[in-house]
Amino acid sequence: MAETPIPVLQRRRSGAATRGAGAGAYLTYLLPAAVLFTVVIAVPLVMNVYTSFTDWTGVGPRQWAGLANYRQLWHDSEFWASMWHTLALVAAMAVVPTVLGLLMAAALFDVIAKRFSPRVASVLRACIYLPQVLPIIVAAIVWSWILDPQYGALNVALRDVGLGFLAHDLLGDPHTALLTVMAVLIWFQLGYPVVIFMAALQRTDPALSEAAEIDGATWRQRLWRVTVPQIRPEIYVVLLTCTVASLRTFGWIYALTSGGPGVATQVPSYYSYQSFFTDLDVGYGSTIATVMTLIIVAVSVMFLWVQRRHAG
Amino acid sequence: MSGTLTRHRLTRHRLTRKRGPAAWLTLAALVVVTAGVLIPFALIALNAFKPPAQYSAHGPLSFPDGFYTGGIQEFWDTADFGRALWNSVLISGSVCVLAVLLSILSAYALGIGRVKGRTWILGAFLIANFLPQEGLVYPLYDLAKEAGLYDTQLAVIIIFTVIQAAFGTYLLSSVLGTFPRELLEAARMDGAGRARILWRVVVPVSRPTLGVLLVFFFIWTWNEFFLPLVFLVSNQNQTVPVALGTLQGQHIMNPLTTSGAALLGVVPTIIFFLIFQRTMTRGVTVGSIK
Repeated sequence: MAETPIPVLQRRRSGAATRGAGAGAYLTYLLPAAVLFTVVIAVPLVMNVYTSFTDWTGVGPRQWAGLANYRQLWHDSEFWASMWHTLALVAAMAVVPTVLGLLMAAALFDVIAKRFSPRVASVLRACIYLPQVLPIIVAAIVWSWILDPQYGALNVALRDVGLGFLAHDLLGDPHTALLTVMAVLIWFQLGYPVVIFMAALQRTDPALSEAAEIDGATWRQRLWRVTVPQIRPEIYVVLLTCTVASLRTFGWIYALTSGGPGVATQVPSYYSYQSFFTDLDVGYGSTIATVMTLIIVAVSVMFLWVQRRHAG
Repeated sequence: MSGTLTRHRLTRHRLTRKRGPAAWLTLAALVVVTAGVLIPFALIALNAFKPPAQYSAHGPLSFPDGFYTGGIQEFWDTADFGRALWNSVLISGSVCVLAVLLSILSAYALGIGRVKGRTWILGAFLIANFLPQEGLVYPLYDLAKEAGLYDTQLAVIIIFTVIQAAFGTYLLSSVLGTFPRELLEAARMDGAGRARILWRVVVPVSRPTLGVLLVFFFIWTWNEFFLPLVFLVSNQNQTVPVALGTLQGQHIMNPLTTSGAALLGVVPTIIFFLIFQRTMTRGVTVGSIK
């Protein structure tokens, strides 16, 4: 899904004065959300955890299975493969775009906007952001067409310039499939940190950077020692949202590789989808989903906790 | 004031002249990266209207020597694309309005009413928005079947209203937390009740944020794939991404229709992007500016 910008959690003055009389009366306004959240989020979440302890094909009664699904998961090489691939996707969607995005935002802000023109900087930014507005499934279809081993633009271009020996079925070869998916994800994700970081740089204090420059700090030193500490909240936001997005990757795998070849690009969300709707092993699918839910909740809580400590 | 301005202009002037090799190199590197990012878009544009004979003879890189709309037409008919577009507009449009309304109500209680335990409630909302959808999908599928809502757009609208409102409540509560108290006091003095204050004071003042949320919810819902894929099985109910995704999954698209399909998938979002560009840039940063 598209990225979620999130505000930095702030500690607020606890509003004893403002809470005062009749804060309880506002509870009425929370009622619709409370009801809907119970039905759409809380109940399904609990049902999913319960199902993970059962054996169920989706019809008929659930058979209590205790920890059998979790034991099976522990010994399932496909599950572990999918977890490793998730780490690779975190690298491609969170780590690389954050680092590259920071460098590019700094270059656009410091060099292009100041020495050339702010216009050029904002046009470049808009172009780099463009992939982010596409539905993932559309972007994935475009790439599977470009990467098609026979008709795809990439291999055709390589053959046209006499580099035909480099032409390769990138998504069809288990050695290159995951790397190719990672490259495509970097293409897709890069624009998001660039936009966020450029906005962040605009609120930094130019005097600090200028002072460091007068003291003889190099561009790199100024970036890491002066700029990065000032935009730390934005870096947290980008890392959190990108990490969560990479843990939820589904559409890319669905449209590019279906998890293959073999299990070379299998990811947990696609694996649980297959267990639910292809293998009709709902108990096992719920087990994978429960584990992913726990991981994502843990990652979010950890990020929010660190972020609050720095904000407070 | 004018002094700073002159100084500012002077610095800019000084910097503009300081375009050393390093600056040009940086510009060149950024232009190359940007061009790389744009290549897929250029390829779609190059091939969407290419006559099939030319495509099979000269491949995807040749410059089109005619204007052919057959590929797009073929795809439009196979995918019933007009229908899919309408479904997407209907679903995303309903979700964005309903989710903003729901966000307003809960953010009023949390941001202005400051009900007890709001930090925990907000944390829960934010995490609800992050939850992996595979952790909700089967029970939701089950519940929808029991309620007779399976394979209806209403089910998708309800689910995404809640998921988007989870984020909306989080964002809007933190914005309303800084709402000018004097305005609320003044309205109260004039004898306005809670509901009146919400609709006559809070909502009008927060209009810019609500606009950003509306746009974001629309685009996010438009782009959703996983849950709509599970819930909307009949062709007549499918959204644009689901219609495209299922065709792709059935491997019945050839290279010709694919570029047409890609174009049809890309165009609506590019249009949103252009219409909403200002709101989007404002919105994408709205969270981090604080």
